[in-house]
Amino acid sequence: MTKKNTTINVENKEQYKKRSMWAEVWRNYKKNPSAMIGLVIVVALVLIAVFARIYFDFDTDIVQQDVQNKFAHPNGEHWFGTDHYGRDVFTRVLYGASYSLIVGIISVSISCLLGSTLGVVAAYYGGIVENIIMRICDVFVGIPSILLGVAIMSAFGQSIAVLMWAIGLVYVPMFARIARAAVLPVRDQEYIEAARVIGVKDGAIMVKHILPNALSPIIVQTTMGVANAILTASNLSFLGLGIPVPAPEWGAMLSESRNYIRDHGYLTIFPGLAIMITVLAFNLMGDGLRDALDPKLKK
Amino acid sequence: MSEKDLVLDLKNLNVKFVTEDATVYAINGLNMELERGKAIGLVGETGAGKTTTALSLLRLVQSPPGVVECDKMEINGKDVLTMGIKDLESMRGKDISMIFQDPMTALNPVFTVGEQIAESVFLHENCTKEEANQRAIEMLELVGIPGERAGEYPHQFSGGMKQRVVIAIALACHPQLLIADEPTTALDVTIQAQVLDMMKNLREQYQTSLIMITHDLGIVAEICDEVAVMYAGTVVEKGTLEDVFNHTKHPYTEGLFNSLPNINDRKAKLTPIKGLMPDPSNLPEGCAFHPRCPYATEACKQPQHLRQISDTHYVVCDRYNEPDFHIEREEK
Amino acid sequence: MADVILEVKNLTKHFKTKRGLLHAVDGVSFTLERGKTLGLVGESGCGKSTTGRTILRLIEPTAGETIFEGTDVNKLNASQLRHARKDMQLIFQDPYSSLDPRKTVSQIIAEPLQANKIFKTKEEIEARVEELMATVGLAPRLFNTYPHELDGGRRQRIGIARALAMDPKFIICDEPVSALDVSIQAQILNLLKELQEERGLSYIFITHDLSVVNHFSDDIAVMYLGKIVEKAPSEELFANPVHPYTQALLSAIPVPEIGEKRERIIIKGEITSPINPPDECRFYKRCNYACDKCKSLPELQEIKPGHFVACHRIGEI
Repeated sequence: MTKKNTTINVENKEQYKKRSMWAEVWRNYKKNPSAMIGLVIVVALVLIAVFARIYFDFDTDIVQQDVQNKFAHPNGEHWFGTDHYGRDVFTRVLYGASYSLIVGIISVSISCLLGSTLGVVAAYYGGIVENIIMRICDVFVGIPSILLGVAIMSAFGQSIAVLMWAIGLVYVPMFARIARAAVLPVRDQEYIEAARVIGVKDGAIMVKHILPNALSPIIVQTTMGVANAILTASNLSFLGLGIPVPAPEWGAMLSESRNYIRDHGYLTIFPGLAIMITVLAFNLMGDGLRDALDPKLKK
Repeated sequence: MSEKDLVLDLKNLNVKFVTEDATVYAINGLNMELERGKAIGLVGETGAGKTTTALSLLRLVQSPPGVVECDKMEINGKDVLTMGIKDLESMRGKDISMIFQDPMTALNPVFTVGEQIAESVFLHENCTKEEANQRAIEMLELVGIPGERAGEYPHQFSGGMKQRVVIAIALACHPQLLIADEPTTALDVTIQAQVLDMMKNLREQYQTSLIMITHDLGIVAEICDEVAVMYAGTVVEKGTLEDVFNHTKHPYTEGLFNSLPNINDRKAKLTPIKGLMPDPSNLPEGCAFHPRCPYATEACKQPQHLRQISDTHYVVCDRYNEPDFHIEREEK
Repeated sequence: MADVILEVKNLTKHFKTKRGLLHAVDGVSFTLERGKTLGLVGESGCGKSTTGRTILRLIEPTAGETIFEGTDVNKLNASQLRHARKDMQLIFQDPYSSLDPRKTVSQIIAEPLQANKIFKTKEEIEARVEELMATVGLAPRLFNTYPHELDGGRRQRIGIARALAMDPKFIICDEPVSALDVSIQAQILNLLKELQEERGLSYIFITHDLSVVNHFSDDIAVMYLGKIVEKAPSEELFANPVHPYTQALLSAIPVPEIGEKRERIIIKGEITSPINPPDECRFYKRCNYACDKCKSLPELQEIKPGHFVACHRIGEI
């Protein structure tokens, strides 16, 4: 272990470069090829989702049946073939990206907001508050997430909004735990005490000092969480509890086509691949972010 | 000049750390000699390169990013630079041993302290496990811990006790040269007094040569025979205690003394050294101390030379080329 | 009658732990005159930092009064306390963990001004921050830098500027220089001293470094296991230490001078546990002079004007 002098002596450096924390993170992130691949795929997915919405018309391009043309194998006209109603799988897969992304991002935002707030409050106040919050979270972690999702969906009915809330709530305890773990070491730092001495109120301390310093693991978890949420949404749709048919949600497409898997395997392959690539991309991004945000990995 | 019995002979040591952003010049042309049985204090502030020097002697500088270059590095007459990994391993702990600053992390929490001392003995001496364990108990008693505590784990010991255990491990194989890197910085004053007292006695008993790395001139005055003052990776002044404390020559050494509150005269104003330690990746030209030095002239921007003041006293400061140059401290 | 800014009476803080009641601060009393410095000295675990934090009510005291300019701080409610803290500030030991790494220098110094809504406009705040930076000797170009880009001495200056922002009358300095190199340490000590002279600040100076406290304080209180064992003007304490612990502590300081080797008193063992301490002199188990009398708690007695000692064997040893 060598102790190196890492402080920059500004006096001697006329050309003093100001580098904010996020610029530093981006610099580290760029060095990681697999993280960059993840980022490129995610950006591409977002673009696909946006343009699919603009370019295709839901009624005529996505759900209109063309029974004469059903079960066309992939060919020049239908790149991914057509399904049992003769709908073009390629268009449906492209259009489906928007469902997955919206469900993934919004539901993770819900769990991130609720979960982090609970976690931060629990860790900051400690004691009885922490015990109540964390024990309730423990109870929910004990229930398999799919089961919980199924329960919520069947209780509140089937719609995209309920789906997002269901998935969002399922992941709240996980975020609460991660946020709490991230806040605990920050809470004991002297600058928190310093803020109290100079008269900053508790709420402001949490928002201005604790959250920014505990953000890294939460950001990483959010990215990874999107992948999980997309997967859960697909699972629920596969079970017939997700976004109602005939919307081209990838999980629902898998579910519909599973009866024809023996003769028309391509029907399951393409939506399956889409889910896999999306989940992989978000996971690569999450991994890359974790490495970029972790100061221990910097030399 | 008669042949001296040197336990350490180090000539022109250079260590740099090459990273993507910058090259950090940690050690720049450092020379050091230590006679058998003597204790030298290596004094300097954070970033002066004290610890890096010690790690270089043990060949423990991580490479990359570290690059170690040296004209001569002999410990106990053995050339350390060309040694193979096997010889190195047998040298560490046997010929040369090191005590680290933080006793809390220097011990492995899953082994008893007895096992940790015995391990070192067992590795280096041709002996059985039983003999090694016996030796471990003797060593513990030597550092003032009852032998029956050999079966306890590090967390059952307090900070001062842990540092004693660390010292026992370091001394278990009676090394010729012991490097102590700020061994008492993490301890309270009264405990520090106990540990220093013990180290002094052990050194007299075993005639171990000692390199004491510290920032505390008081500790140096207490247990060392010689002092080397380091600044920006090089020794700027070296001599006996008497030479450096009472006939200070280098302006930086003077600055260090003036920064210390005087315990006998509490009204004396502190005179800090102005400015900051230089950035080791961007050292000033010539004498690295010149931007902070009250005596600096244009000539100080040129490379400096080692000057011998007396048989034992060396200083690196070219202002002494002027016949009547002296620093303030010397006058009194 | 001296102008007393702070009077602490019988301040006590006990923490509940699994193994019993931890007596961190055990009936500490002292007064601090305006414009003076009281040094609080002791080894780790003696309760000196807890005392400082309990005075500011960063830790709620178990018992006792802290009378600051006539009001008992311990009786204030949350908003009154926030108001009172404008006059009572704290400088931290660790210049690394006491500054939020995500904030720039100016943001850190401006925070107390914003939190207490002192100024209305951004320009006024900026002007004040620049003024404070000049006061503590920080170059204006550091305005937008982050703490991790600066060395320990500069960081400590930021902490001092933050403490000064509200123009406090009283500052607790909790080991403000022990994390710094000697040459930087002297710079910061000089700065603190100048600020005191200019602004008539009163300090409580918490430290384990006796040579620093001797240089810096008017009075010194030596703490051992939550209690003050000896309290006297600095010169008197260094010239005539009476309590056996003070004597040992003073003799243990390594002095950077050769020739005059002083007699060193080595005390045996290490600090005993502060959990459920028995009703005997806290130093009993390590004291070279302990006798049967010492099995009861000694009170602080005045042996000379201003010189207080808590020991049963005053005059005998």
